[in-house]
Amino acid sequence: MASETHSATSAGSATESPFTPEPYVVERRVVETADTVTMVLKPAGGRGVPAFLPGQFNMVYRFGVGEVPISISGDPNRPDELVHTVRSAGKISDALTKTLPGETLGVRGPYGVGWPLQRAEHQDVVIVAGGLGLPPLRPLLYELLAHRDRYERVEIIYGARSPKDLVHYEDVQKWRTRGDLRLQVTVDAAGREWYGDVGLVTARIPDARFDPPRTVAFLCGPEIMMRLTAQALSTLGVPEASIWLSMERNMKCAVGLCGHCQWGPAFVCRDGPVFRYADVKRMFSVREL
Amino acid sequence: MEELSVGAQRILERADFPRLLKALQSAGYRVVGPTVRDGAIVYGEVRAEQDLPIGWTDRQDAGKYRLERRTDQALFGYNVGPHSWKKFLFPSRERLWTATRTGTSFTVTPEKDDGPPMAFLGVRACELAGMDVSDRVFDGVVRDPGYHARRSRALRIAVQCGQAGGTCFCVSMRTGPGVRTGHDIALTEILTPRHYFLVDVGSPAGAAVLAHVPLKPAAKEDSEMAHSIVAQTAASMGRTLDTSGIHDLLLTQPEHPRWEVVARRCLSCTNCTMVCPTCFCSSTDEVPDLQGETVERWRHWDSCFNLEFTALHANSVRKSPLSRYRQWLTHKLASWQDQFGTSGCIGCGRCITWCPVGIDLTEEVAALRTAPTKAAAGGGAR
Repeated sequence: MASETHSATSAGSATESPFTPEPYVVERRVVETADTVTMVLKPAGGRGVPAFLPGQFNMVYRFGVGEVPISISGDPNRPDELVHTVRSAGKISDALTKTLPGETLGVRGPYGVGWPLQRAEHQDVVIVAGGLGLPPLRPLLYELLAHRDRYERVEIIYGARSPKDLVHYEDVQKWRTRGDLRLQVTVDAAGREWYGDVGLVTARIPDARFDPPRTVAFLCGPEIMMRLTAQALSTLGVPEASIWLSMERNMKCAVGLCGHCQWGPAFVCRDGPVFRYADVKRMFSVREL
Repeated sequence: MEELSVGAQRILERADFPRLLKALQSAGYRVVGPTVRDGAIVYGEVRAEQDLPIGWTDRQDAGKYRLERRTDQALFGYNVGPHSWKKFLFPSRERLWTATRTGTSFTVTPEKDDGPPMAFLGVRACELAGMDVSDRVFDGVVRDPGYHARRSRALRIAVQCGQAGGTCFCVSMRTGPGVRTGHDIALTEILTPRHYFLVDVGSPAGAAVLAHVPLKPAAKEDSEMAHSIVAQTAASMGRTLDTSGIHDLLLTQPEHPRWEVVARRCLSCTNCTMVCPTCFCSSTDEVPDLQGETVERWRHWDSCFNLEFTALHANSVRKSPLSRYRQWLTHKLASWQDQFGTSGCIGCGRCITWCPVGIDLTEEVAALRTAPTKAAAGGGAR
């Protein structure tokens, strides 16, 4: 892919097997929603956690069940722990969400290219997350807020199916009370208990404050949501080269050998998961590519 | 015996051919090559020359493969069968590691391939090119340890094709039929006026084996004979594929109506991907023992024609056979170039021969060039 990469971290040396998971102990388990948990992992045996870039992912393995790609959702400035937020969507991810503190999981990675946050310096930043698109963006937000003065206005739009499906709620509440960013939370449908916005994330864009030509946008969520959001931002004048999004595909190996994650010429595991909208816009509009 | 240098040519008499097998075996190689089984010439163990398809040839066309008797006793008088050397370098099933439960944790032991080195006997020029393509996949940015262990020790004894098959198009793909590079030893089987082999020394490893084989000096006429055999083969290709601008031709026409036409015939059976020497897609299985104490991670061939290949949550990205055929052909001929700097196709024709409904990629590409286009330059919004 033409997309510039952000120092993709390769796992292991040439002589090692790229397929071998390392054991990590589940230290804490936070129930996010009915089907989603966040797990805080510590490496077994006193090893360190490999450095990662916001937007990268790991292959997370449950003994006897299998492994799946999961984005890293923790703070890149906390090198002592590894945080993953997992939704039960299949046999393997379901088993991962049921792993209890004290139990061991396998991890290999980190893989892929991360969000190019440095491109947002001295620019307005728009972050749009849909559903479980927030966890892959959370490390970016931690990093951004750790150096808040480097960026101009920060707008976050976070959408979920219902109030019950909102994840990282503690963080969301913290961000809501900060004076140096604006956060809009919207849900597709809600009952009377919900006082917030109802509707798609794209409907919140007109209320966001940013100067389109001087804005960098980071999107993560269902493909349809990213496509419509990218179109809306582009229509407002955000350069297509300044819109970044994170793709999801079936993956078995995460190192470009199994072929599953191909999207046009790209291996999502290696050339992504983060792509520049300008580079992938055409592929985005082709059905079943 | 004399010291052989790389690039030297010699004569191996037909009667001395078993000496080559013996030299390979004595050098510790597991010799694998063509052998007749189940009505086809497939690659398997070659312990003696009787294991070779002596006097057999193959007749191939779209969706058709038949073994026939030759009028002579050629050892390599066929083209390519349903197998490729991929089955040895990237086995259809391979254990990647074994994990054992240790208290609340587990330890993982990666698989180590320490089998004997293999000698591939009868590698066609297109297949040498195929291994080069596979090297870029498995031994490039990321090294597949099993592939690397087998490939780096394998000896490649090429045989130049003395005839072209009905589905061959190596000339179009510039991969054959002449053996140019990548071989340890190259043979040209010469059948008339007498049966012998012209031997090209391709590498020091090849020379080391040949040092134990009785060889005779080659004359200019022998070399010319080999040239004319290859030239004749090149002139009788069963198929042609126009590769000019093929990258953009495929990548810019995802909505071309021809995809619908071919999708109506495609059974999504995966045959083309199984027989293709360069198709590399795989999946993994987690295989626990009954006690759940030990688990093995197995990798097996997968195919982009399988519906589950792109499974994402409850759905698949490529649900229609159209999208899957388009993925396969576009990847093979176009996006492969972006990924690995080479076409994924070597022109061996296997996918044409082994397609049960006879879909012919050379025909599909020709149709993509000439058929009217609904959406000429890709895109076509949903």
